[in-house]
Amino acid sequence: MAMLEVNHLSISFGGLHAVDNFNLNIEKGCLYGLIGPNGAGKTTVFNLLTGVYKPTEGIIRLDGQDITGKNTIDINKAGVARTFQNIRLFRQLSVLDNVKAGFHNHHPYSTFTGIFRLPKYFKTEKEMTSRAMEILKVFDLDKEADYLAGNLPYGKQRKLEIARAMATEPKLLLLDEPAAGMNPNETQELMDTIRFVRDHFDMTILLIEHDMKLVGGICEELTVLNFGQVLCQGETSAVLNDPAVITAYLGE
Amino acid sequence: MKKMNKTTKNNFINYGLVLVLFAVAQTLSATGNLSNLLQGLLVPLCVYTIASISLNLVVGFSGELSLGHAGFMCVGAYSSALFSNVVGDALPSVPRLILAILVGAAVAAVFGILIGVPVLRLRGDYLAIVTLAFGEIIKNLVNILYVGVDENGIHVTTNSSGLKLAAGGKKIMKGALGISGTSTLYKDIKPYFFLIGVILILITLFIVQNLVHSRSGRAIMAARDNRIAAESIGINVTKYKLLAFTVSAALAGVAGVLYAHNISMLKVSIFDYNLSIMILVYVVLGGIGSIRGSIIATIVLYALPEMLRGFSTYRMLIYAIVLIIMMLFNWAPAAIDWRKRVLEKIHNKLPKKEAA
Ligand SMILES: Nc1ncnc2c1ncn2[C@@H]1O[C@H](COP(=O)(O)OP(=O)(O)O)[C@@H](O)[C@H]1O
Ligand SMILES: [Mg+2]
Repeated sequence: MAMLEVNHLSISFGGLHAVDNFNLNIEKGCLYGLIGPNGAGKTTVFNLLTGVYKPTEGIIRLDGQDITGKNTIDINKAGVARTFQNIRLFRQLSVLDNVKAGFHNHHPYSTFTGIFRLPKYFKTEKEMTSRAMEILKVFDLDKEADYLAGNLPYGKQRKLEIARAMATEPKLLLLDEPAAGMNPNETQELMDTIRFVRDHFDMTILLIEHDMKLVGGICEELTVLNFGQVLCQGETSAVLNDPAVITAYLGE
Repeated sequence: MKKMNKTTKNNFINYGLVLVLFAVAQTLSATGNLSNLLQGLLVPLCVYTIASISLNLVVGFSGELSLGHAGFMCVGAYSSALFSNVVGDALPSVPRLILAILVGAAVAAVFGILIGVPVLRLRGDYLAIVTLAFGEIIKNLVNILYVGVDENGIHVTTNSSGLKLAAGGKKIMKGALGISGTSTLYKDIKPYFFLIGVILILITLFIVQNLVHSRSGRAIMAARDNRIAAESIGINVTKYKLLAFTVSAALAGVAGVLYAHNISMLKVSIFDYNLSIMILVYVVLGGIGSIRGSIIATIVLYALPEMLRGFSTYRMLIYAIVLIIMMLFNWAPAAIDWRKRVLEKIHNKLPKKEAA
């Protein structure tokens, strides 16, 4: 069964059909790419999938469960985590606390337990810290655990966003232009990390990117979006060689 | 030896700071070095310290602007003073005071929830406007309330002549004249009020610090730093903003209780807009999000004008200069850098016990 199944998804902003009759099927464990020129509606798709916007039409199913119209919080609890095109970290919190915040619903204890420092507080915090350090290690951020997130260099901030999303133990990970603003070295390293995350955690990943080389390098399947509509969909090599895609997007 | 982590150490420094200041004040007053005037300031100082620490929870950690902190102090003060007067001699002072504190905290918390539930789900600075209005409305409401008690129970009205009490009944709350005689009910423990104030500061510190450094505190600060990101990782932003606001209101209520029980005549005029702003100034100048800053700023800025009375004409000038210096020290980027460098230098000079 598909991990993500989207049918006839549409939204318009005052007459602009930002996303129009969008369909998508992603199998479990797939590394899937969503590409298209600026303003095509890619981020809007993410905002629809995560409940930031409510679709005017369409159905979204995650692992068979209908999550259409749910709010962001419940969709995250259902198993969707994301990063943002314009980085949104908790800048005044430490790198470690950014990840621990991601454990919010997975390592819970009450406010009362926290204030009165009951045994469960110490036990859970210890668990959280060691789990968070494991995740940070994957992203090569463990040495910066005590830094304020806002003080990290740009490339590391992007990685921390992924680490924080992973802490929510998602079934589906949405990455919005994770390599934006990175140099070629950083980009290559990031791609290796993303592939590692997929293999190591058996994660299903949907990734927005406009660097074609990069997308061709790691995605197994692609959807090309243009003016809110699907232009082409399928295996990476087939999509990249499609004449319509080449003229509309690559050819210019 | 077990390594103490940095936040735990910071928390204990704050408890220590309060205890040291308490010891200094006690020593000065025991050796006769504290004027009557200054002695009279000790309990109010505790009141405002509790108020500024609790306001910092909203302004600093939750990132919301509240302009009605005096309103919550007012609610706590009046509800607890009413409670004490109604109970009267039926209970000994200590349990009566403990219950009064709980009553003041609970009533203030209820008002916090009533305001927070509708307002905190909105994005933007609505809280500032609503809390400002709340403070003014509460003040005007209390100003016209008359409450009395007799054998038939408690009577409440809005004009003085309307309060008809049976023989032997007692008028407690008299509109603009407020509540008098609460402190007489506590004559026997009056000398310990400063100690009680310090204990309440320590309890406030305990609650605020432990809350901030817990799962809920992380959620509160995550919601402050980035609301959309917080929701994307499953944090119920409204809930945690409401939690911070309610705890803050309850603690402001406790500050109000201490104030109301220390003073012979409780009048509502003190709980005005200026008081809310004064506490906000303590929080901002002490450094938003710095609990220690709130404590120090409150002490310096509250005690200073009183200590400068000898300089009469230059008093407000010196006060203004200190305000500006504190602002620069805590907010100017150059000063922050300088402070960091100095602290690092000191830190590096200390013998490193934990190395190896
Ligand atoms: N909240 C919104 N209100 C109005 N228009 C929007 C909103 N969000 C996105 N759009 C519009 O939808 C279109 C697609 O935007 P977006 O999804 O951000 O594109 P991209 O593919 O570059 O991520 C753009 O024309 C954008 O201006
Ligand atoms: Mg985009």
